[in-house]
Amino acid sequence: MSLSEANEALAAEIIGWFPRPRSALIPLLHLAQEQDGYLTDDAMRRVAELVGATPAEVKGTAGFYEMFRFEPVGSYMVNVCTNISCLLWGGEELLDHACETLGVEVGGTTDDGMITLEEAECIAACTEAPCLQVNYRYRGRVTPDDFDRLVDDLRAGRLDIPRHGALSAVRQSIPAERLAGVVPPEQARAAPVWLERNSVEAAS
Amino acid sequence: MTAAEPQVGEEVAVEIEVDGIAMQARPGELLIAACERAGTYIPRFCYHPRMSPVGMCRMCLVEVDTGRGFSLQPSCMVPVSEGMKVSTASEAAKKAQDGVLEFLLINHPLDCPVCDKGGECPLQDQTMAYGPGETRFVEEKRHFTKPIAISETVYLDRERCILCDRCTRFADEVAGDALIHFMGRGNHTEVNTFTDEPFASYFSGNTVQICPVGALTAAPYRFKARPWDLSETVSTAWVDSVGARVAVQASRNRVLRVLGADADAVNWGWLSDKERFGFEALNSSERLSAPAVRQRGAAWRDVGWGEALGQIAAALGEAPPERVAVLGGARLTNEAQYMWAKLAKGVIGTDNVDAQLGDGLDPAIVLSLPRATIDDACRPGGTVVLMGPDPKEELGALYLRLRHAVVNDGVKLIEVTPGATGLSHLAQHTLRPRPGTTAQLAAALVATAESSPAADRSGTAADSGTASRGTGAAGASDADSDATNAADGIAGTGVDRSEFEAAARCLSEASDAVTVIVGRASLAEPAEEVEAAAIELTALPSVKFLPALRRGNVVGALEAGLSSEWLPGRVRLDDAESAESLIDAWPRMPETAGLDAAGILRAAARGDIDVLVLLGADPLNDFVDRDLAYRGLRGASLVVAVDLFMNDSSSLAAHVVLPAAGPTECDGTFTNLEGRVSPMSRKVTPPGTARPDWMIAADLAERHEPGSASDLDSPEAIRAELARVSNPHRLITEQALIQNALEGMLLERSDTTGEAGGWRRSGRPTMGRSPVGRTEPETGPAGREDNAGTREETPDGAFRLVAARTMYDDGVMLRHCPSSRGLAPAATAAVNPADLDAGSLGQGAAVRVVSDFGHLEATLVTDLGVPPGSLRVNWLAPGAPANALIAAGADATMVKVEAR
Ligand code: SF4
Ligand code: FES
Ligand code: FES
Repeated sequence: MSLSEANEALAAEIIGWFPRPRSALIPLLHLAQEQDGYLTDDAMRRVAELVGATPAEVKGTAGFYEMFRFEPVGSYMVNVCTNISCLLWGGEELLDHACETLGVEVGGTTDDGMITLEEAECIAACTEAPCLQVNYRYRGRVTPDDFDRLVDDLRAGRLDIPRHGALSAVRQSIPAERLAGVVPPEQARAAPVWLERNSVEAAS
Repeated sequence: MTAAEPQVGEEVAVEIEVDGIAMQARPGELLIAACERAGTYIPRFCYHPRMSPVGMCRMCLVEVDTGRGFSLQPSCMVPVSEGMKVSTASEAAKKAQDGVLEFLLINHPLDCPVCDKGGECPLQDQTMAYGPGETRFVEEKRHFTKPIAISETVYLDRERCILCDRCTRFADEVAGDALIHFMGRGNHTEVNTFTDEPFASYFSGNTVQICPVGALTAAPYRFKARPWDLSETVSTAWVDSVGARVAVQASRNRVLRVLGADADAVNWGWLSDKERFGFEALNSSERLSAPAVRQRGAAWRDVGWGEALGQIAAALGEAPPERVAVLGGARLTNEAQYMWAKLAKGVIGTDNVDAQLGDGLDPAIVLSLPRATIDDACRPGGTVVLMGPDPKEELGALYLRLRHAVVNDGVKLIEVTPGATGLSHLAQHTLRPRPGTTAQLAAALVATAESSPAADRSGTAADSGTASRGTGAAGASDADSDATNAADGIAGTGVDRSEFEAAARCLSEASDAVTVIVGRASLAEPAEEVEAAAIELTALPSVKFLPALRRGNVVGALEAGLSSEWLPGRVRLDDAESAESLIDAWPRMPETAGLDAAGILRAAARGDIDVLVLLGADPLNDFVDRDLAYRGLRGASLVVAVDLFMNDSSSLAAHVVLPAAGPTECDGTFTNLEGRVSPMSRKVTPPGTARPDWMIAADLAERHEPGSASDLDSPEAIRAELARVSNPHRLITEQALIQNALEGMLLERSDTTGEAGGWRRSGRPTMGRSPVGRTEPETGPAGREDNAGTREETPDGAFRLVAARTMYDDGVMLRHCPSSRGLAPAATAAVNPADLDAGSLGQGAAVRVVSDFGHLEATLVTDLGVPPGSLRVNWLAPGAPANALIAAGADATMVKVEAR
């Protein structure tokens, strides 16, 4: 499908906000992704027409942004961080567990089309390691059990998370006492793995 | 090495120091270019002097000191500044270049042994010169499917790509076809097209030429040769009248590749794909390779040259001169054209000669109007009036120059065409006169531009004769603006008045000379309208004209006298006494003015032509009136075809065919639309016994009148005679051609302006034509002239036909060119969407387009670029030639659309 009638109207309005149609490219791509959950070729062709670019330019531009998807994805996109802090706090294990629970490889989508699992680089919530995002909504300090519960809740529709692509403002919120900052190691709530290891080495 | 000479004209030079040597750079010049002029080559991949710099590859890093100490900077992104010190080979610069190469090679496959670029690859060469000897990278390189076809002719191997942005920049910046683009990001970046949408650009081959690695390759050359096996000669492209400069490369007597040569005044190194890949046709096994004769209805019989020429000479000997005619000749070199003109006019004595096939312009317009160069048209800040065909479809390399001028150099484009062109979206002002009102509009433009824009307009009304023409239904509707329109002289033209005024103001404000590109936007309308319009525009101060003729060396043909009523050197036949040197060199002169193409075919149809020579002409497909071409071909007693291939006309009607040498097979010169003479060079031998066209004419001349061509035994000898007999050619000497080998030389500009040149500005045009010849009315089949003078609104359900050429069509050369054979668009009948609402037929319907004279089958499409009331068909679509609909000489062609 290209753009729905309602979205055509919205697109016209969005284009009106800018001095030149081309500037509306990214907002229109968001609109198209909201409509279909990902960017369909037809939608990109239509956006190209609307902003006066070629489809190749539209796809090339969209491709620079990881949040634009070119293949269908599940209703919920789960990004598990495996960058350094999360890695140290069990991010890899969490990702393995997720693969097992969902029965998919990294990058895959569950058969019911509900969940797509991806690996993410640091999502800037290191104090909450290991962490993940569900449609870019943060979950911190996730244990394997937490993850299973999360999946159940998503499948049962118990969570107030719109499906992938839906446009809304998402802000990360981290409890004030856990905000990143300079914290002397001895005041840290739990000893990082490497401190432990070093002390073991020191003792022997 | 010495510092470059300052070539800075009036501008103040910028003093810089490169590797300790002081030099003068041009203000604003990029460092990489300044250093190169000074003889210091800085390695580069992404920088290309004809495109804007992007700093993609970092190969050009050098150390630059602008007063704050040396630091590494990409020299392709840094403009020179006063006192700048540059070190191109310091330790740091070398280390940087070495490092950049190591990174570039990380993902570059080591498949040089099977890569077409090997041996001429900047990456290979620069790695040798500046790069690391060994790689430290042991990990897996990134992998892509090895080459994917991104168009019919272009293949992309993404593994080899170094992401220099040259191809994508070319597509976007130069060609305006941004159909390839970087996709993805970081390590996953690749060049690609949109899903399932090929890189369908008329200019795609240029990306192959400028790709600094073997990522882009073109089908015609893939795996054909190694660069060191090729030998090269600089020549001129022959497929259209731009005359782009090319390098023809051959191996083992076969042309394998044509590359664009960077002639500053012409094509800047760019080519259309037709110019680039058109050589393939010359290698076709279907080429004519031996003379052949046939009795009408019988099979062809190969014969020797002696027998074939003897048969022709015998027929010429018997025929009275006025019963001999020569059609075509735009394919020939200047020398061959002159030789044929001399044979026809000076030896046989017939003036029935026409290099154009009713699809061009009156020679008076081409030869006598003050001619512009491409550089004139593209001069920064200039003004161009486009009053002709779509340059993107017909004159590809010119389109690229114009596009650059409009986009980058502030050239203002005023488009006066019946429909949209490839430049419409860039036009400053767009005027869409109704068919038949272009001259009126031109007169009105001049009148309004001449008066100060602020002056009282009532005092500047154009002549009432034009203003009183009927107003149409569309356009201005209320009485008030009707009156103003009439005062402006644009009533009935259908153009928007504010747009008209803006265009007139633009013309009056033009500080430099205005260039008018004049040609046939539709072959379904006679040339007179646009010619008259051009004549009106001669009233603009110091205006110049660029004739937008499509056929290869057509301007050369007109300059060489291959046209009725004209002799070489822009001398009119009725003024022959003034051409003394010509009289000396020619045994005789035609006694009466001859016929143009239409006249020749009409005479032949009546049985009044005994010998008709088709000089690379295919009237059945190329002449504007297919029916007349057919009758003419069948009516001539002896039809001789001198050609590279059999074509539809020679298959139908020829009795003798003579195989001619192609453009890469003979020496000579070419004259482009600017009047620029540049060499065509022989690179390979012609097939079989095919001979150069000049040699065929010289042989026939000798047979007809011994001694008439005895000293014309080489292109050089003919060129020397042409320089002797033709004033405009007198500076074209061997010495001068060698000195101007790349850019060529402009023929002397015409100083015959005004009536002496054969045209006169007089409100409405009266071409200086003799009563004989051109546009001789035909008393042919009933109804032929019915449409003459029809300029009112179209009658119910009828459309006015627009027949416009496309880049690719069913022409005989393209038919034999493997890489473009499939590219000729199928027949379409395009109408304005507004016109379709009324009818029951929809977009995509299979229809029959019917005129009073014929019909063709096409697919109906809608196109906003077609004005309401018009219907556009593509000229010479495969199986659907538009000339079947048209009657020569008719003022307009009305067509209806039927379901089929
Ligand atoms: S394909 Fe060639 S020209 Fe295009 S970006 Fe890659 S290396 Fe450069
Ligand atoms: S490392 Fe996982 S959020 Fe920073
Ligand atoms: S040539 Fe300067 S960055 Fe590529």
